[in-house]
Amino acid sequence: MNAPNTSGWRPAMGPAGDAEAGLATASGDRGLMVEEPLIFELGAGNGCGVDFDQSGPEPLPLPSLSRFLRKSAPALPGLSEPDAMRHYTRLSRQNYAIDLGPFPLGSCTMKHNPRLNEKTARLPGFADIHPLQPQQTVRGAFEVIHQLAHWLITLTGMEAVAMSPKAGAHGELCGLLCIRAAHDARGSARRVVLVPESAHGTNPATAAFAGYRVESIPGTADGRVDLAALKARLGGGRDSDVAGVMITNPNTCGLFERDMRAISGAVHAAGGYVYCDGANFNAIVGKVRPGDLGIDAMHINLHKTFSTPHGGGGPGSGPVVLSAALAPFAPLPFVTRDTDGTVRLVEEEDAPADGPQTFGRMAAFHGQMGMFTRALTYILSHGADGLRQVAEDAVLNANYVLRSLDGVLDAPFGGSGPCMHEALFSDAGLPEGFSTLDIAKGLIDEGFHPMTIYFPLVVHGAMLVEPTECESRQGLDRLIASLRAVAERALAGDETLKSAPRFAPRRRLDETRAARKPVLTWQGHVQPPAAPSLSETGGG
Amino acid sequence: MRYLPLTPADRAEMLGLIGAASIDDLFSDVPAEARLSGPIAGLPMHASEMAVERHMAALAAKNLSAGAAPFFLGAGAYRHHIPASVDHLIQRGEFLTAYTPYQPEIAQGTLQVLFEFQTQVARLLGTDIANASMYDGSTACWEAIAMAGRVTGRKRAVLSGGLHPHYVASVQTMARFTGDTIDARTPKLDAAPDDAGVIAAIDGETACAVVQYPDILGRIPDLAAIAAATQAAGALLVVVVTEPVALGLLEAPGKLGADIVVGEGQSLGVGLQFGGPYLGLFGCREKFVRQMPGRLTGQTVDADGRRGFVLTLSTREQHIRREKATSNICTSSVLCALAFSIHMTLLGGEGLARLAAINHGRAQALAARLAGVPGVRLLNDAWFNEFTVLLPGDAREVVRALADRQVLGGVSLGRLYPGVPELRRGLLVTATETATDEDIETLATALGEILEGMPA
Repeated sequence: MNAPNTSGWRPAMGPAGDAEAGLATASGDRGLMVEEPLIFELGAGNGCGVDFDQSGPEPLPLPSLSRFLRKSAPALPGLSEPDAMRHYTRLSRQNYAIDLGPFPLGSCTMKHNPRLNEKTARLPGFADIHPLQPQQTVRGAFEVIHQLAHWLITLTGMEAVAMSPKAGAHGELCGLLCIRAAHDARGSARRVVLVPESAHGTNPATAAFAGYRVESIPGTADGRVDLAALKARLGGGRDSDVAGVMITNPNTCGLFERDMRAISGAVHAAGGYVYCDGANFNAIVGKVRPGDLGIDAMHINLHKTFSTPHGGGGPGSGPVVLSAALAPFAPLPFVTRDTDGTVRLVEEEDAPADGPQTFGRMAAFHGQMGMFTRALTYILSHGADGLRQVAEDAVLNANYVLRSLDGVLDAPFGGSGPCMHEALFSDAGLPEGFSTLDIAKGLIDEGFHPMTIYFPLVVHGAMLVEPTECESRQGLDRLIASLRAVAERALAGDETLKSAPRFAPRRRLDETRAARKPVLTWQGHVQPPAAPSLSETGGG
Repeated sequence: MRYLPLTPADRAEMLGLIGAASIDDLFSDVPAEARLSGPIAGLPMHASEMAVERHMAALAAKNLSAGAAPFFLGAGAYRHHIPASVDHLIQRGEFLTAYTPYQPEIAQGTLQVLFEFQTQVARLLGTDIANASMYDGSTACWEAIAMAGRVTGRKRAVLSGGLHPHYVASVQTMARFTGDTIDARTPKLDAAPDDAGVIAAIDGETACAVVQYPDILGRIPDLAAIAAATQAAGALLVVVVTEPVALGLLEAPGKLGADIVVGEGQSLGVGLQFGGPYLGLFGCREKFVRQMPGRLTGQTVDADGRRGFVLTLSTREQHIRREKATSNICTSSVLCALAFSIHMTLLGGEGLARLAAINHGRAQALAARLAGVPGVRLLNDAWFNEFTVLLPGDAREVVRALADRQVLGGVSLGRLYPGVPELRRGLLVTATETATDEDIETLATALGEILEGMPA
């Protein structure tokens, strides 16, 4: 039995009306469907799941520290190890996950997370080293960074890679700061960045964060960047005020920008740089190199294409590959290989010699090492041939979904040819009163995580399905059958769909109420642990 | 290939159903002249699990891991013992392989963890509220300065000399592009931090003062005095905590007048990992909530009136507000937040206080022993688990010489401040609960021998 819940909150895994139907349980749980109070509501909250070494009484705090000491221990509940294990295990069962089924979130590339990657990342030689150890003691770590960098540069056909950005949006920032530094270096004060209407929200947010004014580029009827409109806005050569453009390719409609080379050419001719949002690199890895398309900078989400686990919202990792034009401005620190084969880290001290034009440091230490080991493990497992197969299977699976739903869901660009790694649908054709949200929530009742919804913004009621290469034919058929069934319920005017999900741990949640009067921390009161007089914390 | 379920027969059949003659038909939008005809040359082909593991293990073996040597490094990344249950729980697939909880009906596990995490962080930092995590402490520090700018309408930040130099550098990078003015100073080798210098630099244009607690040299600034000064100037006090275990012993910054408290949460649950991924903590006063960066989890009810949790106030965020968002952050550090939260739950408030007392005790033992090494002088008046000693010569050389003897003896100030010769004799040393008496003796002995052999 878990620690008693003293708050009065109780589980409620069954639907409302249980009691009337004679189906209520005394616990509120139902069989293996269990839920859990907050840690603040469990027992007296004065347990402890950690034993300390009994090396004798600790000395008193330094007298010079006395004016800084807290009066009592922090009011934080503690649980014994068995109670903590149950608490988090029970919570974990309220989550959908890739390990449970497909996660067809467009633009998110939720692929299988191989456990070998977890194993190698936990080798003490990687997991238990300090970022400021003398370089002579961490050569293997620099080699990991260098080997991964070599793969990323080679797969993208670029000149260099900045490894330190912490996630995709941080990588975007890195790319834009390189662009900004490149303009600064030649005395150009351009302050406009162009972003297509279909872009991820991070693109305009990043451009603004980097001090740029954001302007939108219109799209064409076939879901791509309007090259003529772009050229018109770029204006003539050296007089342009456009510092660069941010393009996603394949784009967020799941389509390859056929005119990419012409776009890059036009931007370069106008003295600007091309940033590519690499969130969708999974569609083209091993099939085409962004460097051959005129890209100057592109971040790579290691937590998408290279399978480092998403963890419920991070950590990510966002290395940025750079063209020869932008490489000199890459941030500190970076790893370099000397002619004698030694791999070393270039920090502030060596920057004047090894990176005189660097725009500086973006974060403490050297990047997401734990993600580098996982990504390198994944890449070595697949190899050059396997990564190419990844892209082919991802694209094949998406086209299979696209064509399998012909006649059921509207595919706004489905007529213009194949898609890349994600299939885009709209709410056109759904009857009055039914929405994309209903389809998504209906899919939850079917046992699937929904697709990305209401993105990209350029398509009304968008549904973006990215199955990835990790789904089998049979798995795809099951997903398609459920998608089809839910869409057909909407088409038939089945009102019960509007109250979906009915079989998940929670029904639709009141997001308006959450935002109107935010409750962001537990509002109850925890019995503060008996305040240890700090002079007595030793011994015991 | 073990991660790809489609068989050649599946592929052929699916292409037929799609109406494509070959896989190349699906890539027809890619310009033919850019399309690669086969695997990229010069890269290895796929490999077995055994082969890959062997390759990675060989690289790992080239590193001297902290557990294999007497270890005394800190400076923003701390080695603490992490209970085995933490690493087990974060590897549960339902946590490890979940996405950001945009579909709350099937993500209550992550959402409840984040709600608990936010409450734990707010209580630890002494702030009203906290968010669901940032990338790390250094990026959280810049976000706090940017937020102070939005709150005050001012664009000048005063950074104490005790702020971690990597944090200072990260802030200066961003400020160069946003046009903020950063008044940063270098630490002086004094026994206590220069609080008066920070206070003197605060003026009517100042958006915030940024103070690290304990500071980069391990000293403890007087936050209450600085808070009085920022308040009088209409500025905010941003406090940076790189070692959250210290808050088991020291008063919470929010209780001393800090308006925004950011931190590096790596100490609890996350591990060293060569610098990342780490965990940015971010707490502040409730009245600033709509200016906060990052995701927030809030409590609400479902259609049956049952309590549940959702991501909330997303009108601050990039996916809704685009170029008007409070930050560009999207993916943050939720799995690290889970690890932090589990470790904190296992400790509880009392356990954290005990852990902090032990850390402080180990550092006192280290200080006492090092003070007995000829030529070593202790700088700090006060410290938690980290302090600075002054050596007779360049500390970088000493650190390298210690490493040659398989002792990881600290972080030289020369590594942190390469352009500042007057700091080069400084060595920053840390002792957590992991430092044994034998480790301390080994360090002291080795240090004594190295210093004896050094030219004066």
